[in-house]
Amino acid sequence: MKVSYFPGCTLKTKAKQLDDYARSCAEVLGIKMEEIPNWQCCGGVFNTSSDEIATKLSAVRALSYAEKQGQPLISVCSACHNVLKQTNHAMQTDAVFASRVNHYITQPGQAAAQAYMGNTQVYHYLELLRDIIGFDRIRDAVKKPLTGKKIGAYYGCLMLRPSSTMKMDDAENPRIMEDFIRAIGAEPVIYAMRNECCGGYVTMEDPALSQKKSTAILRNAEANGADFLITACPLCKYNLDKNGNIPVVYFTELLARALGIVEA
Amino acid sequence: MEKNDIQNTVKEIIRISGVNPKKCIKCGKCSGTCPAYDEMEYHPHQFVSMVDMGDIEPLLESPSIFKCLSCMACVDRCPRGVEPAKLIEAIRSVKQRMQGSNHMKPDDIPALLDEELPQQAIVSALRKYMK
Repeated sequence: MKVSYFPGCTLKTKAKQLDDYARSCAEVLGIKMEEIPNWQCCGGVFNTSSDEIATKLSAVRALSYAEKQGQPLISVCSACHNVLKQTNHAMQTDAVFASRVNHYITQPGQAAAQAYMGNTQVYHYLELLRDIIGFDRIRDAVKKPLTGKKIGAYYGCLMLRPSSTMKMDDAENPRIMEDFIRAIGAEPVIYAMRNECCGGYVTMEDPALSQKKSTAILRNAEANGADFLITACPLCKYNLDKNGNIPVVYFTELLARALGIVEA
Repeated sequence: MEKNDIQNTVKEIIRISGVNPKKCIKCGKCSGTCPAYDEMEYHPHQFVSMVDMGDIEPLLESPSIFKCLSCMACVDRCPRGVEPAKLIEAIRSVKQRMQGSNHMKPDDIPALLDEELPQQAIVSALRKYMK
């Protein structure tokens, strides 16, 4: 099966491992990730103001391209996924917004052929694993199970919220990452702060705030016995790495280890 | 701001946020769950009630609009679906669309960089802090 893939700015720079492992694991699991040509940065955050149009056009272009390929759109970064999914939702539910967007992206006289109306299926890579491939098939494909490892899933905010739009999982009691951890043979550690914010972009101007938030998350995970944490978000990883002693790794790296693609 | 301007700006904030402050039952759950609560001068529940009262000038001038993490915890946990973070975002948008109101500029970025900082942080901050 082929899918359209939106990597995003950070996966091409600071988080290359997230990108590389996602592709190689998908290949092993029978999925070909076709990178969208000339994709543009999603902007990292979705502005919830309904009259904000221009900042959402890069997401619409990616969604529209995937529709033309007849493929679902996959991203690995939590932030890209959040922006793509929220933009798609706005295109489906806000006719005025969709109309204004289509005035930007269609050529005169071509509106009917070129307009995008929110029909692309948007998946986070974890949803690809759960809903398209299936965790059972991943369990069967595991060559080197991570037996005995106690792993805390760190969801953060962007994958889960706003839950009415993201619809990935129960936002207060999620399990997709824990199920992933079980599928690769390790033991998930449940801790209360797994879906609380790390401090996000505020780290740019107020590092003390993100330090406070990240430290609380790390202490909570440690107190519940996590050996390390997994994340899908480069900004979460940055904030957590900076403020604690528990290792934080991208979930795709663990998948690559379990599938025998890389040595531990 | 002139009285007329205030009234029109309140209308704009309500329109672009899609939030109806009248739905609020003042339970305080939004502020109780807010990860930036300690850093805020005005808290999420106050944003809702002050917009409802038309008292927006203090909000437009407050650093609190730049403390919201957009984590959407208040949006998800509000029992009435008021969505305070969307109101705060609208106020921040309105503020930054005014002349000379950018909170961060590209020229500020080099001094804030470190070796590990992901690009995602920079683009996100500029989207939140600049028009």
